[in-house]
Amino acid sequence: MDLDSITVMLRSFWTVWLMVLLTGILVYAMWPGNRRTFDDASRIPLKDDGQEF
Amino acid sequence: MTSATLTSGATLGSQRVSEDVRYNEDAIRLFVIAATFWGVVGFLAGTFIALQLAFPALNLGFEWTSFGRLRPVHTSAVIFAFGGNVLFATSLYSVQRTSRQFLFGGEGLAKFIFWNYNVFIVLAALSYVLGYTQGKEYAEPEWILDLYLTVIWVLYAVQFVGTVMTRRESHIYVANWFFLAFILTVAVLHIGNNVNVPVSITGMKSYPFVSGVQSAMVQWWYGHNAVGFFLTAGFLGIMYYFVPKRAERPVYSYRLSIVHFWTLIFLYIWAGPHHLHYTSLPDWAQTLGMTFSVMLWMPSWGGMINGIMTLSGAWDKLRTDPVLRFLVTSVAFYGMSTFEGPLMSVKPVNALSHYTDWTIGHVHSGALGWVAFISFGAIYFLVPVLWKRSQLYSLRLVSYHFWTATIGIVLYITAMWVSGIMQGLMWRAYDGLGFLQYSFVETVAAMHPFYVIRAMGGVLFLAGSLIMVYNLWRTAKGDVRIEKPYASTPHKAAVGAA
Repeated sequence: MDLDSITVMLRSFWTVWLMVLLTGILVYAMWPGNRRTFDDASRIPLKDDGQEF
Repeated sequence: MTSATLTSGATLGSQRVSEDVRYNEDAIRLFVIAATFWGVVGFLAGTFIALQLAFPALNLGFEWTSFGRLRPVHTSAVIFAFGGNVLFATSLYSVQRTSRQFLFGGEGLAKFIFWNYNVFIVLAALSYVLGYTQGKEYAEPEWILDLYLTVIWVLYAVQFVGTVMTRRESHIYVANWFFLAFILTVAVLHIGNNVNVPVSITGMKSYPFVSGVQSAMVQWWYGHNAVGFFLTAGFLGIMYYFVPKRAERPVYSYRLSIVHFWTLIFLYIWAGPHHLHYTSLPDWAQTLGMTFSVMLWMPSWGGMINGIMTLSGAWDKLRTDPVLRFLVTSVAFYGMSTFEGPLMSVKPVNALSHYTDWTIGHVHSGALGWVAFISFGAIYFLVPVLWKRSQLYSLRLVSYHFWTATIGIVLYITAMWVSGIMQGLMWRAYDGLGFLQYSFVETVAAMHPFYVIRAMGGVLFLAGSLIMVYNLWRTAKGDVRIEKPYASTPHKAAVGAA
């Protein structure tokens, strides 16, 4: 089995790979340990602009 | 104020030392001025061509003033001139603040982008009026102008990505993700759809490298993703920065914003074939486009909920802050037009709606309600900040603008719904003997009153934008209008005081 036919075989499961990727993203977004990071990130626009007029 | 000066005076905050960054704002002021100017020009052009459709004498008998040549002037002026300058202004403004870093390449690069982009706009408009066009919707500029735009766009990408890469904030804020997707995808789309072969090196005319149905598919891969990444992802970047900023509250759910981003990016790129239902495009491709369009309903509504619920617990601000009203109403229109879009992509619905005015109504509920309203909100937010004024000249005038424009949109989209559905039904009506019941010109005559109503909606929307220009002009001058302020006290207290 050469590299070309492996690529073709793997490509035919592209919906599966996309679902795996999407599931990964959902897990990352909902992971309890990330809550603090995301709460901090959501406050980025509200921090002081650091500029005096 | 010149560019790129980092003041070393560190200020002691509570338990942490924050460095003072002097952000680049000169070029952003230019982008805001240009956006406002092109907005009025684009709305004026739109109102004029709407009147041309109602009263054909307004074509004036010249080829330069005919509907066919002025229509791309309108679409390019509102999308690329108004929308483009708004996106440059807001993205380059918010990326500095969310990265706590001045612009990569400094004021000089930003101004270079500003002047060249706006020269490109003028050249493109002139070329349409003179009859040079690739004949592809939203991709009308001929090959030499396409090359020019590519250079400008790459420089913009360098400035934006460079600023993100040199950031002093560990996390890349979600608005910047949307802007990054917008910049990258527009570059890919622009290059992909403009692979053309010039007839001669000294002439304007060129032909697409691919032909036939493939060419149509490439065009609508481009066209729909111009909507998806230029008019949606870019403006969602505005939503995720300016709605929290104006409401003074963090976004409703940061987790939802991550899911919103990735699902939108995954799905949008496949939706293009719904523009080619019942054509020679293979049936499986049409069904694919329809399916992905219907799936897009979920991320779109997730994003809408995220934007609107950011006001959760502060709904009273809608009553007292017309700028925030613009921003939140725009998100509501985003939800409405992204509900209508998937509906229209379903093939049996499309059989009725395609090629009719319903499509035009749908586009304008998105363009006027979502894109223009969120732009107005961002511009009203930016002008006092950029011109160092404590407040806008008048919040009451913002409210007048809001209501004038909203009534204009309602007139526009209701007229086009009725006109479009009527048009679709008349086209497919048969008599008892199996003949078509109406000739084409009978459908045109039946649409005349709705064309007049639509033009009236355009006049109102244009009038609203002129109120904005006056308000911004007085704000920049530093004037404050003497008017009844919006009560920020609860209703009961206000009654008690009176």
